[in-house]
Amino acid sequence: MIKMNQVIKPRQLGVKIKEFFVSRMVTIVFIAICLLCFRFAGLSFTFYMRDIINRLSRNLFLILALIIPVLAGMGLNFAIVLGAMAGQISVIIVTNMGIGGFPGFSLTLLIGLPFALVFGYLIGKLLNKTKGQEMITSLIAGFFANGVYMFALLILVGTVIPLTNPVLLLSRGYGIKNTVDLQGGLKYSLDALFQRPLPQTLFYGGLFFLLILSILLLIKKMYIKKGNGILISNARLIGYGVLALVIAVAGFLLQRSDSTLNTVNVPIATFGFIALLCLFNMFIVRTKLGQDFRAIGMNQHVAATAGINVNKTRVIAMVISIVFSAWGQIIFLQNLGNLNTYGSHSQVGIFAIAALLIGGASVTKATVGQGILGAFLFHTLFMLSPMAGRNLLGDAQLGEYFRAFVAYGVIALSLGMYAWKKQIQSSSAEEIESDLD
Amino acid sequence: MNNYLLEMRGIGKVYGSTRVLNNINLSVSPGEIHALLGENGAGKSTLMNILFGMDVIHSTGGFEGEVFFDGVKREISKPADAMELGIGMVHQEFMLLPGFTVTENIKLNREITKKNWLNKLFPGRLKSIDRGQMKRDAIKSLEAVGLGIDEWLPVQGLPVGYMQFIEIARELDKTGIKLLVFDEPTAVLTEEEAAGLLKSMQEIANNGIAILFITHRLDEVMTVAHKITILRDGQLVDCLDKENTSVAELARLMVGREVKRVVQSRELTDETPTILSIKNLKVKMPGELVRGIDLEIKEGEILGIGGLGGQGKIGVANGIMGLYPASGEVLLRGEKLPLNNPYNALNSGLAMVSEDRRGVGLLLSSSIAENIILTAMHINKQFVWKIGPLTLRSDRRIREHTQKYISQLDIRCTGMRQAVRSLSGGNQQKVCIARALTLNPSVLFVSEPTRGIDVGAKNIVLQTLIKLNREQGITIIMTSSELAELRSICDRIVIMHKGKKAGILSPDASDVDFGLMMAGEYDQIKNKGAS
Repeated sequence: MIKMNQVIKPRQLGVKIKEFFVSRMVTIVFIAICLLCFRFAGLSFTFYMRDIINRLSRNLFLILALIIPVLAGMGLNFAIVLGAMAGQISVIIVTNMGIGGFPGFSLTLLIGLPFALVFGYLIGKLLNKTKGQEMITSLIAGFFANGVYMFALLILVGTVIPLTNPVLLLSRGYGIKNTVDLQGGLKYSLDALFQRPLPQTLFYGGLFFLLILSILLLIKKMYIKKGNGILISNARLIGYGVLALVIAVAGFLLQRSDSTLNTVNVPIATFGFIALLCLFNMFIVRTKLGQDFRAIGMNQHVAATAGINVNKTRVIAMVISIVFSAWGQIIFLQNLGNLNTYGSHSQVGIFAIAALLIGGASVTKATVGQGILGAFLFHTLFMLSPMAGRNLLGDAQLGEYFRAFVAYGVIALSLGMYAWKKQIQSSSAEEIESDLD
Repeated sequence: MNNYLLEMRGIGKVYGSTRVLNNINLSVSPGEIHALLGENGAGKSTLMNILFGMDVIHSTGGFEGEVFFDGVKREISKPADAMELGIGMVHQEFMLLPGFTVTENIKLNREITKKNWLNKLFPGRLKSIDRGQMKRDAIKSLEAVGLGIDEWLPVQGLPVGYMQFIEIARELDKTGIKLLVFDEPTAVLTEEEAAGLLKSMQEIANNGIAILFITHRLDEVMTVAHKITILRDGQLVDCLDKENTSVAELARLMVGREVKRVVQSRELTDETPTILSIKNLKVKMPGELVRGIDLEIKEGEILGIGGLGGQGKIGVANGIMGLYPASGEVLLRGEKLPLNNPYNALNSGLAMVSEDRRGVGLLLSSSIAENIILTAMHINKQFVWKIGPLTLRSDRRIREHTQKYISQLDIRCTGMRQAVRSLSGGNQQKVCIARALTLNPSVLFVSEPTRGIDVGAKNIVLQTLIKLNREQGITIIMTSSELAELRSICDRIVIMHKGKKAGILSPDASDVDFGLMMAGEYDQIKNKGAS
């Protein structure tokens, strides 16, 4: 064996703690703001829970659609706006057919798929031509597509594209209405499929989680024996177990009490869909494709030298993201109950990205956990800041400003911090080099 | 019949109008360590690019000659073909992904997928990865290179020395590897690490794998190589057995070249005043680190700075001119020159012709006139006239000045409004020199003045430098990879090695001295001779 005179120094505890806080700075700041807002909004917990659950079920899918392009080094995918358009086109088509309920919802997913595939492929091709400027390209491509989308729905529908349903068409005979009511059609087509009160959900959810953990515990020994490494650490297993137990007990107790939380319903089917997407994201990381995503995300040149088809892999990442965002938008709309034809999609990208970034993600790293945490904080802020503004300063408008400021500000801040961090890293790399002599 | 593993016969390559390889023959037997020696630009990389079927070769018209592998003639038209034959490359710059673990890097794009029933349902790339098996394979190949390291560590944060071994482990992990090319593997290693690397190379060779070893370090060649092939200027100089040669002979063969002295070298005495005095200068220029040099530059001399690529010769001028972060002390005529400040450097009468002509040197889409006057307009406030608070450019003076330099330096162009981009390399270089001269410098740094320009233009550029030096008394510090060029016009030549001054030689010193100094073995060999 060769002995190297350089030793890998374990990092000191102080440095580790500092790193922990520095890398989560954005998240910590937003948790503090959220707590303050909650304090001043003067809102009942029940009302808050009802609204946040609603908002999470509506928006989480879209936010999680952003993760794979980040993994593949393509940055924050502003082009999910295109996916949202694909979803809306599909919603319009299905509404035109007049099919509602869960069959209508399934059909919407299916019809949205080919649109999303084509859009994703085109965007992927475009981004391959503009490597290094993915984010600005996808942002501008979203604006451009918006123009085409408007042209198609305002002018072509009813003239070239044969849609006849008067629910959709403007009174002049062509073009889609500004607002399409989904009542009686796709509204709550997924949410209403399976709903349960919050305490009951907590109770059974906690039990279910415990069951999964005990299965993990059982197969853990087998897994290690096969030499595949550690499946999950003991500390984590215990931590999660305690958490699940607390949730289940709390759910059980609430069920027995006459708490108003019993009136809060959880759309379990929708969260089931979101869970499937989480599982998919976690599964893909463990596949060969996921390995390739990570490889090209770190260094395209090295990956190409190893024989990975970089361009193709990038297109695949983009297609997956656009398809999920199309489905995410469909879930969003069925919950909202009406389609703002020319506006619902326009800020989807900005809001989803802001949420992901608040959760602690960066341009190069994003996880499912960060997406969920970010969605939670972002929507809390969105909901509470106008009320807090009104109570503090007597002006709800101020909170509105604050919302807009938060959404754009956090994106600008995160991009700035990313560039700054990169600078620090490169200068410290130089120091290491000059330490050689 | 011979039993060579690899035979390259009559290899030649032409890029555009320049011939970079001419009739090279190379043969390697199984289990042999074959060293490939040569200066930068001798054609080693081109030869390897041909062996690996790289794109640059085939997109520029292919090559001459034949490649035999395992006794059969092969057409290697893309890197994957070479890989399939069992040819592997250990790269000079690391092809490792920092965020991946050692295992993941070793198995990059050759990940093992699981074979259980569930995975059979998934097509192609959706198959799960079998991390356990990958780990076991990685440990095996890490043992083969003799590196004791945990396979689950991320590569990020590992010492540089380890990375080279991981690269090798990756190549060894490929099944059916028969020939490994090491491209200057010890360039970034400490001596201890390098020794370890050589040992593991010998072990690999003992297992029957042939090794092509590209390097500058002559002592390493003498330690491990069985055979040595030397290239110079795209020509095959010689192929020797190790037993029949010596470090001195190799050094001579590597740099030996006919030198035509263009001018009489100038006599420097102790009385000649020092114009620039450099003390412990360190420059952080990536890839060309200067790790502390002392230098006295005499008024009116042409000083050459030579050395192999990456040894810091280019960093000296860039550091003094403030283009890269530098520390140390530089005295100009006894006065301290503030570092890290290009404006100050230019203002004190220093000027530079950059080695990066098209990047730093020129504004490619601007005209010849604009390029020539740009710096002087800013630094010396020339070519402007003032009306009250406004500063306007004086087109008449610009025109006259540009006209003067176009005829004086013989810049071939359609007119001074021609964009610099469309000029030939030689004429672009003349524009760079004209710009530097417009500043009326007392010291002129010239880096790689003849890189990428044809022979005729080369001579004109060199003649211009001599004229400037002899007629206008400008002190010139010329950095060049071409030793012959330095030896043809310089009064003294500094050789850089590992970011430090290896020594100063007179231009008529022997080839052996130059070769040894560039390889960093001058002192070692000379001291041995003395004792």
